Amino acid sequence: MAQEKSAPAIELINVSRRFLSPTGKSLTAIRDFTMTVERGEFVAVVGPTGCGKSTTLNLVTGLASPSAGEVRVMGAPVKGIDSRIGFVFQSDALFPWRTVIENVMAGPLFRGKAKAEATAAARDWLARVGLARFEHHYPHQLSGGMRKRVALAQTFINGPEILLMDEPFSALDVQTRVLMHEELLRLWSEARASVVFVTHDLEEAIALADKVYVLTAGPATVKSVYTIDLPRPRVVADIRYEQSFIDYSRTIWADLKEEVETSYARAAA
Amino acid sequence: MTDAAIDIRAGSFKPGTSDAEIEAAAAKAAQHRRRTVIFWRYAILIVFLAAWEIAGRKAWIDPFFYATPSAIAQRLYEWMTEGTSEGPLWYHLYVTMEESVLGFVTGSVAGIIIGVALGRNRMAADIFSIYIKVINSIPRVVLAPIFIMILGLGLASKVALAFVMVFFVVFHNAFQGVREADRAMIANARILGASDWQLTRSVIVPSAMSWIFASLHVSFGFAIIGAIVGEFVGSRYGIGLLINIAKGSFDAAGMYAAIVIIMVVALGAEYLMTMVENRLAKWRPQPLHETQ
Repeated sequence: MAQEKSAPAIELINVSRRFLSPTGKSLTAIRDFTMTVERGEFVAVVGPTGCGKSTTLNLVTGLASPSAGEVRVMGAPVKGIDSRIGFVFQSDALFPWRTVIENVMAGPLFRGKAKAEATAAARDWLARVGLARFEHHYPHQLSGGMRKRVALAQTFINGPEILLMDEPFSALDVQTRVLMHEELLRLWSEARASVVFVTHDLEEAIALADKVYVLTAGPATVKSVYTIDLPRPRVVADIRYEQSFIDYSRTIWADLKEEVETSYARAAA
Repeated sequence: MTDAAIDIRAGSFKPGTSDAEIEAAAAKAAQHRRRTVIFWRYAILIVFLAAWEIAGRKAWIDPFFYATPSAIAQRLYEWMTEGTSEGPLWYHLYVTMEESVLGFVTGSVAGIIIGVALGRNRMAADIFSIYIKVINSIPRVVLAPIFIMILGLGLASKVALAFVMVFFVVFHNAFQGVREADRAMIANARILGASDWQLTRSVIVPSAMSWIFASLHVSFGFAIIGAIVGEFVGSRYGIGLLINIAKGSFDAAGMYAAIVIIMVVALGAEYLMTMVENRLAKWRPQPLHETQ
């Protein structure tokens, strides 16, 4: 128990994941992958498109299992879906036939909470993401940014200790994206969850994270890890103009660029 | 009812036209369009019926085979006021409706349940799919004599025929709908804490619902076909029997009159179904051009 308390939130130890393509060919998505996420730490994972970034997240949720190596959550091996984990998807994963509040209530209701309790909690979370007036709207009536806020409320209402995010804001326009970054950092600082944030946008990664993992072109493995020592609380809209931000950006991009070029050359071949 | 989107064409308004003026013009244009549609709908019907009537009276077509609209209307009036040679019209209609509705309800419930169950279970789907394909290849109406032989001339044989007409259509769509359910949505529900049963009930079935409804629209028509074909082959009551008797006595007007009755019933059922669907699917975005 004492050991569990001090264990990191997430450990991936020499993990490989192979799978069969629809034509029956064996493919390797990630290889000898090692990563540690401390409790309350915000980790961003960047890498070329299609290198296997999302696979790392699926391993942590238990939706996929490793072919080799070990995945540990809070010091214990992953067995099935862990209730301490929250996941924000790239695509729109809201339930379109439910109203906004019914979407946010889904988690507590699935987990057996009483309806009144779930409703009250959902109201509270909708107010926190600024959507109190949109309770009874359906997702299709909201803008992309508002739908993402609903998705955040839907995830945070379960009180996750670990938050996995798979390019959550990549479909949003740049202005909305900056607003969502602020929103996310605010929610994160209140909840103190450990975050793994997968993205292909390097500036997004630096602005948000404590640590940035750069992955190689597929099969993905960790190329290098950078600690981002920018003070918090950060103002995402302004931080990108600071000299230290620009320095980080330049250093990491030099590293990432090689992999992007490899990946691009491979796709073109 | 119809909110047809009207585009504001460049040049149709002078600069400085107020929003209210544009809206008023658009409302007027929409109303005009609606009236034009309704006018042409009636005009085509009237021209068609008039041509039929005149062609029959002038003996361009043989009224013995083709009847005339007036003769059909007269036969319908007789049936409604005096009853048919086989008893009151309403009773025949009631029998046909009872058979269709029973076959429709049982067939669609069974289709949805089995479709969802097989859609969720890959192994079972792989095993049973071949049998479903084989049975599905039988033209349903050839089962009518068999059902009548086994189940008799009464209600049961017609319900059974309506059931098999409905079941496969609904089954196929429910199965497909389950298979097409969005993977991210399913993963989301599972991470939010849904059990297998919760996943089926609150994610899979609702997301398959638009597929299922598409099949329910056509399958009430199929249920009526099943009931009428069954009655046609052997029965004591029903609209199918009326057609059969009209055929036996070379009563063309009687046959067309029975067809008119079935058309009215089928259209009514379709209208009801659309109403139910609209109520259930209020979460869906409104289409820009809503035709009715």
